[in-house]
Amino acid sequence: MSSAAVGDVMPAGTGWKSGSHLERVLAAGHFAVTAELGPPRSWNAEAVKKKIGLLKGSVDAANVTDNQTAIVRMSSIATALLMLPEGLEPIIQMTCRDRNRIAIQSDLLGAAAHGLRNLLCLSGDHQSFGDHPAAKNVYDIDSIQLVGTVKAMRDQGKFQSGADIKGGGPPFFIGAAASPFAHPLSMRPYRLGKKVRAGADFIQTQLVYDVDGFAAFMKKVVDLGFAEQTYILAGVGPLRSPAMARHLRDNVPGVTVPDALVERIEDAAKGIDENDKEARRNAWQAEGQRICVELIERLREVPGVAGVHIMAIEWEQAVRPIVEAAGLLPRPLTDAPT
Amino acid sequence: MIVAEQKSLQEIRKMLEGRSRVLAVGCGTCVTVCHAGGQRETAALASSLRMATRIDARPIEVDEAIVQRQCEWEYVDVLAARIEDYDAVLSLGCGVGVQTLAERFPRKRVYPALNTKFMGMPTSQGIWEERCIGCGNCILDKTGGICPVSRCAKQLFNGPCGGSENGRCEVAKSTPCAWHRIWERAEALGLVEELMQITPPKDWSSSRDGGPRRIVRDDLRLPGEETEAAS
Amino acid sequence: MSTTFEPEIVALCCRHCAYAAADLAGSSRQTYPPAVKIVELPCTGRVDVVEVLHAFENGADGVLVAGCLEGKCHYLKGNLHARRRLDHVQALMDQIGLERDRARMINVSAAMGVQFAELAGEHVETVRNLGPSPLRRKPLQGETA
Repeated sequence: MSSAAVGDVMPAGTGWKSGSHLERVLAAGHFAVTAELGPPRSWNAEAVKKKIGLLKGSVDAANVTDNQTAIVRMSSIATALLMLPEGLEPIIQMTCRDRNRIAIQSDLLGAAAHGLRNLLCLSGDHQSFGDHPAAKNVYDIDSIQLVGTVKAMRDQGKFQSGADIKGGGPPFFIGAAASPFAHPLSMRPYRLGKKVRAGADFIQTQLVYDVDGFAAFMKKVVDLGFAEQTYILAGVGPLRSPAMARHLRDNVPGVTVPDALVERIEDAAKGIDENDKEARRNAWQAEGQRICVELIERLREVPGVAGVHIMAIEWEQAVRPIVEAAGLLPRPLTDAPT
Repeated sequence: MIVAEQKSLQEIRKMLEGRSRVLAVGCGTCVTVCHAGGQRETAALASSLRMATRIDARPIEVDEAIVQRQCEWEYVDVLAARIEDYDAVLSLGCGVGVQTLAERFPRKRVYPALNTKFMGMPTSQGIWEERCIGCGNCILDKTGGICPVSRCAKQLFNGPCGGSENGRCEVAKSTPCAWHRIWERAEALGLVEELMQITPPKDWSSSRDGGPRRIVRDDLRLPGEETEAAS
Repeated sequence: MSTTFEPEIVALCCRHCAYAAADLAGSSRQTYPPAVKIVELPCTGRVDVVEVLHAFENGADGVLVAGCLEGKCHYLKGNLHARRRLDHVQALMDQIGLERDRARMINVSAAMGVQFAELAGEHVETVRNLGPSPLRRKPLQGETA
């Protein structure tokens, strides 16, 4: 998208920032599809391989969460290393909650050495939400400073301290998150702009259920010129039940679910026996997937949206049917960078 | 001011197990103002301890004393003669006061009756809130007088995060989102342009992260006194 | 012949309402037990945690805090502060090992001589049933617990 600035050090001879498959898909103008792979709460590599099987071929790349909700899981980078040989491109996630700038830069050097190229930078859920609320938190730097740090590593070949990285810096495709419905609402487009100016090559948003509200946000983003400087992927997630819909609407900051959608999923089980739990569940899930497909189709029409990011939490099985029903299969192939 | 609150009676009794004569020392400054360790609180705690230990048939003698401030040698020196009569001291000062007493009277066990919580202020009667964590490099000029280091749960410098809702922090609905407040203040004071600049990573070496801190003011040193290393 | 235990009660009464009610009870021959010792205060707002604790420490079996009717405090809110402080003292008493019902707050107007006597008598009975304060290990001469 944007060309390198004068003085930036690019990965030798390619003209790409990272050369990752995701970067090439977006640069070619395809509507990108990413999804989430949640690492297990164990050291069981087989659990990861199962999830890889569910996502491979349905997405251009898969985010690997980093101790999401501050609950200890297999680390993002370690999980991503299991994905590489299986042919599913990872987007590693890094939060600022658990690591200081020394550990972060160190982990990124290692990740790059192993061939990882996509990185999503996050502040991270506060540890009071997780299973170790007594832990000391780090937050040495915030997500915007992290984006800036990685950009300087990549483009100037320098550590955050200013010292040179021997041989130049790691070629990461740098991502950041945006939360269009979080408060204060009016400044969210500006916050996205700040991330872009810090160096975010792509943005993945929080879950969108209110397409009109999102379109208003995107209009502002486009008017401010940010949509030209970064790739924005809209977040979507299939609803599994009315309880989940209500929980997202009422309890999760930055997520709004229109009452019409809550009603739709409630109505999906109408006429099914109260005691037939399996049938009710299947009805809700089917409707949830249908809603997700419709959201994707509508979001494709919003100017400035370059793709979707599907968050099917602990429900990776739902991704392929959704992508297929939305007419987004097969996923494009790209050539390796020369 | 330093804000503290009393440990539970149970916890204090456990600390004092085996002691027979205790001097409870209150402090007339910060902990008086936050009603944790002033004269009245010291009297109430001493009375509670005397009664509770009598009821358990293991009575402890608890006498009371108060000093103007427990954090200065001159004020605690007045206790020197009296303290010999006791086998332990229960300090109702903040963590600074406890350590001052312990250092001045090294042969006596000094126990903390309080948990020192934070530097803050009473926002309304009976409610105290944290305001400053002593990061050693004040940036309040840049954030409209609201500190993100002490008042943002994630110590963000380019906030708010996605967890800010209705001006509240995701960690607790009773906690205002500091960055929401900062942005509101910025709009009112014309600071928005500045806040749109990206604040670079903080140098934490001036904070506790750099190790225990010390200030030496040569202009205030008494003539002839050596400036020794910290003890 | 043994006599039943007569609790020693310290009654902290505000001058404007409770003390006047106690006085009225006396002059209109509404009896309440003589072991209720009346202490006159300008307002129950003057009562602090320490005063109640010291009363128990110095031998009281029970403490009564008596103030104006809520909303009618002569100094506007003194009796409301006293109510909160008494709640706090009762929580402390739980930790000390004193039964919290030994302390009680009542609200009367100056005209309520009858009610004062009744409530004072009620509190004496409550404390009688609890027995002497745990701090008074030996019964006083001539009494059985």
